[in-house]
Amino acid sequence: MSDYRRLTTREVARFVARGYLMFEGLTPPAIGERYMEESASGGPPAVPAGTPLSRAYPEGTALRMLVDDPGVRGILDSLVGPDPLVDHHFVHLTLGEPERAAFGITDPLPSQHWHQDSTIDTRQSFDVQIMWYPHDVTVEMGGTRFLPGSHLRIVSEAAIGRYQNIRGQQHVVCPAGSLLVLHHGIWHGGGSNRSDRTRHMVKIRLNPTVPQVRLWDTADLTADDYAQRPIFWQRELRAPDDLHDILCEVQPWLEADTHRLEFVNRIRMFRALLGDDSFDADYWATRLEHNPGRRVESASGTPA
Amino acid sequence: MARQRILVLWLADSALDAPVVAWSEWDGTGEETHMAGDATEAPYRSGLEALRAGWRLFQVSPLLPHYPGTETQTAYLKYEFWFERIISEEADAR
Repeated sequence: MSDYRRLTTREVARFVARGYLMFEGLTPPAIGERYMEESASGGPPAVPAGTPLSRAYPEGTALRMLVDDPGVRGILDSLVGPDPLVDHHFVHLTLGEPERAAFGITDPLPSQHWHQDSTIDTRQSFDVQIMWYPHDVTVEMGGTRFLPGSHLRIVSEAAIGRYQNIRGQQHVVCPAGSLLVLHHGIWHGGGSNRSDRTRHMVKIRLNPTVPQVRLWDTADLTADDYAQRPIFWQRELRAPDDLHDILCEVQPWLEADTHRLEFVNRIRMFRALLGDDSFDADYWATRLEHNPGRRVESASGTPA
Repeated sequence: MARQRILVLWLADSALDAPVVAWSEWDGTGEETHMAGDATEAPYRSGLEALRAGWRLFQVSPLLPHYPGTETQTAYLKYEFWFERIISEEADAR
């Protein structure tokens, strides 16, 4: 059983900037073992959409153990609050060689196209999707591919299937019991399994039932985090783990102009999570909002 | 029969010599198969490098004004360049 703890402000800021947090080997082996036993006998139960998480899974089942694990609980409490709703869950199976052969398939199945789940979603609040890996995932098993920082792009589900490779794309390779926590908007897809073992991944999408404001442990949020600092021309090294740096992290795939738009959108999301519109990172939002509204008159009385 | 090979590059800005941020390839000859997530390095560093390697540019994404109220919204990769190579029967025979 992992320890309960809420996320820090830095971790939440990274989630805002990257759209994901990875917790390797978070859950104990017993949950993965239980899951694999259940998998051999039909897998998890079907759950009606909108069921409170506390009532979704029967006691003693692997998914009940998963969502009751204190470490998982702390992460969910920090992002979607207590007792979110189960939007849906799905067991993703990527067939390995023996299982493919049973279906008469000789070659590894191709990878899944890039997509964003659900449909066009313009909300500022967000759902969390947890991807849980009950067993080790090797490179050959084609773990989930995802694109850090893509979650705030408003696209239409599989419309992004045209892209094959994007600089900075990540592939999950992880030990058993790892938990990938995703913003609902992140671009992702399953990989091609070239191993001799079927890959399992359990995804649960959760809808918050409370305002997502300061749900995490804010002990590390200080007045210094609100202070503006020199930008562009800087004389001093910046402090490690600076909140502004975390929010203004550049991903290698971002265009020369759009990375700044992503900063603005991340700042707006972080403000909503703080419940405080006075926060800004490196002046990106303040500049756009700065509008004194004065008309400057020239000496002749004509507006300049 | 002539066949088409397609290369799509997404660049960091609207100039052809801007760095590649994403790429896709489809091969109408069937010699090569590409799929999502199958590479870590782009075949070319820029669109210009692809031109110099013999690819013919045939489509470029336009620069569109930003609709009022959505100026900071981001969506699809912006700077899309489509290239082709025509593979002739003679090349097939080889």
